[in-house]
Amino acid sequence: MTLLDRHGFRPDPFRRLPASEIAGHPAVIVPLADVQAGLLVRASGQRIGIDIANTLPAEDAVPLANQVDLIAIAFPGFADGRGFTLARRLRRNGFRGILRAVGPLIPDQFAYAMACGFDEVELPDAVATRQGEAAWLADLAIYSTSYQRDYARGQNILDARREARQGGGA
Amino acid sequence: MYRYDEFDAAFVRDRVAQFSAQVQRRLAGALTEDEFKPLRLQNGVYLQLHAYMLRIAIPYGTLSARQLRQLALIGERFDRSYGHFTTRQNLQFNWIQLKDVPEILSLLADVEMHAIQTSGNCIRNVTADQFAGVAADEIEDPRPVAELIRQWSTAHPEFSFLPRKFKIAVTGAAEDRAAVAVHDIGLRIVRHPETGETGYAVLVGGGLGRTPMVGKWVREFLPKPHLLAYLEALMRVYNAEGRRDNKYKARVKILVHEIGIEAFRARVEAEFARLDPSRIQADAEEVARIARYFAAPAYADLPDNPPAFRRARAANPEFDRWAAQNGFPHKVPGYQAVTLSLKGIGEAPGDISSAGMRLVADLADRYSFGEIRVTHAQNLVLPDVRQDELFDLWQALAAGGLATANAGLITDIIACPGLDYCALATARSIPIAQALARRFASPERQQEIGPLAIKISGCINACGHHHVGHIGILGLEKRGEESYQITLGGDAGNASAIGEILGPGLGAEDVPDAIERLVAVYLAHRQPGELFVESVRRLGIEPFKTAFNAEIHHDAA
Repeated sequence: MTLLDRHGFRPDPFRRLPASEIAGHPAVIVPLADVQAGLLVRASGQRIGIDIANTLPAEDAVPLANQVDLIAIAFPGFADGRGFTLARRLRRNGFRGILRAVGPLIPDQFAYAMACGFDEVELPDAVATRQGEAAWLADLAIYSTSYQRDYARGQNILDARREARQGGGA
Repeated sequence: MYRYDEFDAAFVRDRVAQFSAQVQRRLAGALTEDEFKPLRLQNGVYLQLHAYMLRIAIPYGTLSARQLRQLALIGERFDRSYGHFTTRQNLQFNWIQLKDVPEILSLLADVEMHAIQTSGNCIRNVTADQFAGVAADEIEDPRPVAELIRQWSTAHPEFSFLPRKFKIAVTGAAEDRAAVAVHDIGLRIVRHPETGETGYAVLVGGGLGRTPMVGKWVREFLPKPHLLAYLEALMRVYNAEGRRDNKYKARVKILVHEIGIEAFRARVEAEFARLDPSRIQADAEEVARIARYFAAPAYADLPDNPPAFRRARAANPEFDRWAAQNGFPHKVPGYQAVTLSLKGIGEAPGDISSAGMRLVADLADRYSFGEIRVTHAQNLVLPDVRQDELFDLWQALAAGGLATANAGLITDIIACPGLDYCALATARSIPIAQALARRFASPERQQEIGPLAIKISGCINACGHHHVGHIGILGLEKRGEESYQITLGGDAGNASAIGEILGPGLGAEDVPDAIERLVAVYLAHRQPGELFVESVRRLGIEPFKTAFNAEIHHDAA
């Protein structure tokens, strides 16, 4: 798998391990079913993340959200957009850790994923190779503006218009 | 009408650049065909039976003369010099080459148009009453809110990979001419019964396709400043919970049906309660900015029904028939909205040549403040014509073959492209419409029959809205033959209803006779002033069923 954030491809500091094997690893992702066991044996400063399905109700993830450093939401296919909504709901519920989208997303979804609250994308290697890093970064750059307010994106058009009205007196 | 500011213009240009790059990445193999497909669909590009089709958005059916001329040019340069208006107020070009699409999108951007989200599993082009802003029965013009929704739904980061397509329609009038009850969301602008404040009544879960359903009320009164937050909440519930295991069960109507409207409402309200509408909604100044674009044109102070108009009608029965049939009452005295029928006898419903587009554009400039509307019944409208100029307009239209006096009559047939174009179709639609139009061609006979909506779909996906036709015709394929299933009693208006199947399927050549038999029952039993669909409601389906089946029991079908 290949990890990508808004600066490009980068090494993944997290390792996927069952809770019984996390000792000695600075950053691990454990299966959701293992999370309580993992938190029990967590060492000081050790970062723990969880893998969740995109069908997990946000309310079920919220109690965990304050205890883990990373939540990885699975995208079974790129056309399954449930992960975008789940990310939004987790952010709304105050999750401040790392949000990771895991699966065969396409570069054309990168800006959307970031706007919904994701920090990074973990891609199958074959997909990452075929699509290339440049296409992902290009997607972040292509729109200078967007129409939705309250999404984690650059300038939104509605607020820009308001600023123009106030600034320019138009 | 709405004009792009620098932000809208930049956005559409960015989108053209993005799609051009996507095409390049597809050609280079970086994107697979599966990955490219939703991207091209969200830019309006379909792969049809014989060629690519490009579906261009005409937001809420409003076009300027300049835009229509550009469409004429695109038709000439890249298609076969004609275009096809659809039941969602869009325009399709059916013979496009993929390599030309970026250039066409660029030509569209030149006139503040695009093909964004005219297809794909996203929020589609917002539709509205074609008489918005001019109808006498209007509480409020629906176009400003339709434009607000257009902007809000464009390239939405959370709702661009929905379970299925999502269609929103808006009306601000007492009579529903936008078929809001058969959309995923239907908005009606209403007055609060106590405060008199205007807001929205929200319907959800209507739709046609293989599981036709009439929408249900999810919110009786939504204050205007809550609109976008409420839509966000509703879309979020759908995106999270709509079915993705079966594309035929993925529309929001199925979710509403399966969990029930009460449970659906509770989920939307719970989501909505967690949102701060002021963070999502456009501020009041922005709403006002949009609304100003739809301010009424500079109408002259005119007497209603002036002598020149009356004299022209009296002197020319053909003009009189057209004015009566295709005219629509305008809220301003001395003006008239008028339907330009794209249903000439024997023509393909909704088709218009590039030359026809130019004629309409010129006439719009001359007689209707340069504005044209597209109707979901696949006709055009000039919304603001002076009654004392209507005769001149009619003569010019007649010379161009665009003065057919059949708006709302039995030959004003809605038909999808069908098997002549569409990769999904199971039967032809256009030839059935043409045969029926020829059968009922006599203007006198059409007048005698009165308003009657025939709607034809060439497959179960129901793009021709057959479920809500007073008479609906659905083309299927049975053992390699086209077979047409006839329904009766559908209604797309205020009394929205899904038609009932009358009997076994018919061969194409038997359809006109069968429709004749239905019309004959109506003519024999109608009460004075009673419309076809009203007679169907009063009499019930049985007498029609009996007549329909009387002569087909011995058929192989």
